[in-house]
Amino acid sequence: MKIGFYPGCSLTGSSREYNESLLAVAKVAGIELCEISDWNCCGSTAAHNLNRELSVSLPARNLALAELEEMDELVVPCAACYNRLVMTQHELAEKPEIKALIEGKLKMTLRNDIRILNVLQFLEKHIVPRLDELVKSPLTYDVACYYGCLLVRPNQVMKDERFEDPMTMDLIMQKLGANAIDWPFKTECCGAGFSVSKTEIVGELSGKIVRSAVDRGAKAIVVACPMCHFNLDMRRPVIESYLQRKIDIPVIYITQAIALAMGLSAQQAGTQRHFVPVNLTVNR
Amino acid sequence: MSKIGVFICHCGENISATVDVVRVAEAAGKLEGVEFSTDYKYMCSDPGQTLIKQMIKEKGLTGVIVAACSPRMHEPTFRKACSSAGLNPYMCEMSNLREHCSWVHDKSEATTQKAIDLVRTLVGKVKYNKPLYSIKVPVTKTALVIGGGIAGIQSSLDIANAGHQVVLVEKDPSIGGHMSQLSETFPTLDCSQCILTPRMVEVAQHPNIKLLTYAELEKLEGFIGNFKATIRKKAKSIDEDLCTGCGTCITKCPTKKIPSEFNTGLGKRTAIYVPFPQAVPNKPVIDKENCLYYKNGKCKICEKVCPTGAIRFDQEDELVELEVGAVVVATGFDVMEPSKFSEYGYGKYKDVITGLQFERLASASGPTLGEIRRPSDGKIPEKIVFVACAGSRDPSKGKPYCSKICCMYTAKHAMLYQHKVHHGESTIFYMDIRSAGKNYEEFVRRAIVEDDVKYIRGRVSKVYEENGKLIVKGVDTLLNAKPVEIQADMVVLATAAVANSGAEELAQKMHISYDAYNFFSEAHPKLKPVETNTAGIFLAGACQAPKDIPETVSQASGAAAKVAILFSQDELSREPVVAVVNRSAPPLYSTCVGCFMCATACPYQAIGEELITNRKGEVIKRVAKVNPGLCQGCGTCVAFCRSKSIDIDGYSNEQMYSEVMALLND
Amino acid sequence: MNKEDLSFKVRQSTEINVNECYQCGKCTAGCPVAEHMDLRPSIIMRMLQSGDAVAEEEILRSLSIWLCVTCETCYSRCPMELDIPKIMDYLRVRSYNEGKVHRDARDIVTFHKSFLNTVESNGRLHEMGLILDYKMHSGNLFQDVMLAPEMFSKGKLSVFPERIKDLKGLSRLFKGQTKNNKS
Ligand SMILES: Cc1cc2nc3c(=O)[nH]c(=O)nc-3n(C[C@H](O)[C@H](O)[C@H](O)COP(=O)(O)OP(=O)(O)OC[C@H]3O[C@@H](n4cnc5c(N)ncnc54)[C@H](O)[C@@H]3O)c2cc1C
Ligand code: SF4
Ligand code: SF4
Ligand code: SF4
Ligand code: SF4
Repeated sequence: MKIGFYPGCSLTGSSREYNESLLAVAKVAGIELCEISDWNCCGSTAAHNLNRELSVSLPARNLALAELEEMDELVVPCAACYNRLVMTQHELAEKPEIKALIEGKLKMTLRNDIRILNVLQFLEKHIVPRLDELVKSPLTYDVACYYGCLLVRPNQVMKDERFEDPMTMDLIMQKLGANAIDWPFKTECCGAGFSVSKTEIVGELSGKIVRSAVDRGAKAIVVACPMCHFNLDMRRPVIESYLQRKIDIPVIYITQAIALAMGLSAQQAGTQRHFVPVNLTVNR
Repeated sequence: MSKIGVFICHCGENISATVDVVRVAEAAGKLEGVEFSTDYKYMCSDPGQTLIKQMIKEKGLTGVIVAACSPRMHEPTFRKACSSAGLNPYMCEMSNLREHCSWVHDKSEATTQKAIDLVRTLVGKVKYNKPLYSIKVPVTKTALVIGGGIAGIQSSLDIANAGHQVVLVEKDPSIGGHMSQLSETFPTLDCSQCILTPRMVEVAQHPNIKLLTYAELEKLEGFIGNFKATIRKKAKSIDEDLCTGCGTCITKCPTKKIPSEFNTGLGKRTAIYVPFPQAVPNKPVIDKENCLYYKNGKCKICEKVCPTGAIRFDQEDELVELEVGAVVVATGFDVMEPSKFSEYGYGKYKDVITGLQFERLASASGPTLGEIRRPSDGKIPEKIVFVACAGSRDPSKGKPYCSKICCMYTAKHAMLYQHKVHHGESTIFYMDIRSAGKNYEEFVRRAIVEDDVKYIRGRVSKVYEENGKLIVKGVDTLLNAKPVEIQADMVVLATAAVANSGAEELAQKMHISYDAYNFFSEAHPKLKPVETNTAGIFLAGACQAPKDIPETVSQASGAAAKVAILFSQDELSREPVVAVVNRSAPPLYSTCVGCFMCATACPYQAIGEELITNRKGEVIKRVAKVNPGLCQGCGTCVAFCRSKSIDIDGYSNEQMYSEVMALLND
Repeated sequence: MNKEDLSFKVRQSTEINVNECYQCGKCTAGCPVAEHMDLRPSIIMRMLQSGDAVAEEEILRSLSIWLCVTCETCYSRCPMELDIPKIMDYLRVRSYNEGKVHRDARDIVTFHKSFLNTVESNGRLHEMGLILDYKMHSGNLFQDVMLAPEMFSKGKLSVFPERIKDLKGLSRLFKGQTKNNKS
């Protein structure tokens, strides 16, 4: 089976460490992720806010390329890209006239049957079953798993029974040795795409999330989305000015947590790239 | 040779305005087999009927056709007239010239021609009509009532007081149903147990009522007046005749931590238990799933301490067969599985509870003796939020209907809370207040105006816990959809009333229909609210749809009245339009080849077998036999029979063929 | 239903019948940005139901439609499963195409436009390019001056854009899509 890989723009830039840690983990597990050659941006929020056709055609090009390279599965670590790709697949399946229009513009045809996996689905399927043998230095602290919006919603499409209180990341962290705390902000919105254009809203929404995690004793927040990471980590000054207090809880990607538990170095996991320093030590 | 009389009715001008009735009568008179034909202004009037009777006698008519309105209303009228003139009533038929012709067409030649065609085809049929006789079936004057909530209790008492025998079957160890769990009842706030307990005792003591608790219906066969019910009496592990209900076993049983069903998990019970102090019967049962002896073979403490030696570990389930003439289904309802409310944290936060749990907290017989205390820490909540429509009117949770009772009981809950905790604050999030009912609206106004219950119109989106408080995120849609956040100590969900989990299975056992939500279906939404589609089976209470106690009791009495009406007859007579398997002279006896295709096809299980024996008693042939008590005359079997051996009386193949041929050969 | 009504067009484009909304407000109650909105989600639904032309104009000119972050909370919890974010997408496109974008939302729109610009010229997002383009168009020249150097030093920002090879193929997707929009 050929597992394709769509990194998306953030993973080549501001969330480079997500990419690095994911590839590092896959390598240790002996899984080959084949990057779609010449992939393009999915259009993100900008496209579906301003232009409906682009919001489908941009992701569709990537799906077509993946099919051309005969990929059976496509791993999409960025939650926003994942959402766009899945929604596109949905739209193409439901609306033959749109599919025809876009195939014409792409000059490519689409079978539209590739299995798209987000990072949690990828980990669950390919990494979790082997964690027992792969974990070399178990984590020893309390973490708050933060899922954000797009990994669980809309539940009409994602079909997670526990979309209000998801557990997949919690269970993975548990397996890595960490203690995943129970907290109520797992799926609250961080402010997403307003990071640049409405920074004060991000400060408020992300602030409430970070405060709850800290107040409940978490030593790290674990995320699986570049946008969430950007807001909780790089936007820390805005968060602090909203909360009127200093907060130094680090924010790590789930793939970084796995990398660390596998015994890879902080450098390999890419934690040195964070704005909020990652110094995780035993708390239990 | 038939001598048929044809009577064309003008129906005032309803028919004659568009159909040339005189010509229809003329044309009919020329048909073969027609002895006499005429038209008249109102056939159903006294003179009209007298005309028919007179002609039967004068002309010696062997068949009568009244071409008038729909047979629904007046077929019985004309058949009765014929009968009184000595003609078998089933020799009389109606042609529907009004609904099928004059009302649906304009005045024209074609319309009159169609009327003539309609009459001609019916003449074709009536030529082959045979005298039929209504079917008599005896009535067993014992009623089976399934479910011992207030509905079943009321029905049982009413039927018993009418002088008939009742067997009341309840699946739980005690009768009482949900009403026994309630604290005080709207709109009068009288104590539920206080008004219910006397009725429960009356049931137990009534000479005409046989009470089977811890029992369920296993099988129901037969038909109206003649059902055969098989009841499974689950093993109670107690000899009820010896047990005095002293309760020694209960105090000594070491397994004490089982969540009490009666107290909705808020209290505990033992493995040998009576669900609540006022239970009827007040004798314990052993819950085999939790009893130490049944689980690992050791304990038997109850047996040792029982002063009368009533414990029976080797008791087994018992099947009892009953002959009953009518069944009242009163199996009630349930509240929605609250695990569906993940956004409200049910199951995660102990202080998010259901309305039914609140009833137990507010009940003097409940785990807190009627004080409103939080399940988590026993503290008295200072602020309670009630969430109405939790699951009701919510297609995303599978229940688009209104549960009808929640608006009222939520107002009651808030009111009870305000009465018990004077400084407390209660807020109700609601979408609409549905308080139609005598004194209901007044009751809700009292909660708002006198008891200061705060009503906020809007749904709650999320409940989560922070620093020991439950944060309720709601909205006030009457204030420009302003988000509202309340820090509460307790949240009460008015969870939807849903059908019992066993409802579907039970309905299938009894062959009664049920709706998309597994509530049992009444035969007609307006005119037959307590009947089911199966004759002799009636509905009472919340098993038909969510309803409150007053409505439940009315329906239960209604069902009881239907049973009493049925039992007022010694015999039932039924329309003889049923299937029959033909018989012929020996050695054939019948053309039926005994394939029993008809029996598989019959949706009413009306077809059995008959063994034809010779003088020596040896079986020479096995043929199908229709039970006329069960057959509904649907005709499915006729279509399936390959040897053309089964036919419907009144609608035989011969009659239908002749009717169709008459239409084709004009 | 009047074919001129905004709600009719919403239904045509999104297949959502706004009459299904019974104004329970659950969407608003859970919306993370409701406090900041001038027209909250359930109010927008009500205004659409009204078929009132003035109300419809107000919706297209509202800030709310731009404040919606498409977090999908409302959709996931709506008892009627009404896909409000999909309606919001439709309203945003309309508002943008008709030049009715609320003054306070111009930054948001500028950001989206800058985003699409860099994607159009490179095929991929170039974050540095995005920030520069956005600063130029929004006039917020000093916003985030502190962020860029640090991102740069952590290897999170590259000066040069990554370009895809088949820019020509990509340009077919953009053709006639953005240029004629005014705002
Ligand atoms: C929280 C709450 C508060 C309420 N408050 C009020 C109030 O204040 N005033 C008011 O008028 N109404 C109130 N009600 C409504 C009231 O409870 C119902 O109207 C009433 O209980 C309906 O009675 P029932 O006999 O039809 O059903 P139930 O009370 O449900 O009784 C059904 C009985 O049938 C038994 N049963 C079920 N299945 C089987 C089976 N297969 N075989 C044998 N037995 C079976 C059950 O064990 C039960 O004993 C309230 C309801 C709730 C949930
Ligand atoms: S045998 Fe069972 S019921 Fe009896 S006392 Fe022991 S645990 Fe209780
Ligand atoms: S007519 Fe219908 S009900 Fe009667 S025996 Fe035949 S199939 Fe059964
Ligand atoms: S949650 Fe759904 S039904 Fe309720 S107000 Fe919002 S859109 Fe309407
Ligand atoms: S999708 Fe938009 S309207 Fe809905 S809850 Fe999120 S921000 Fe609010």
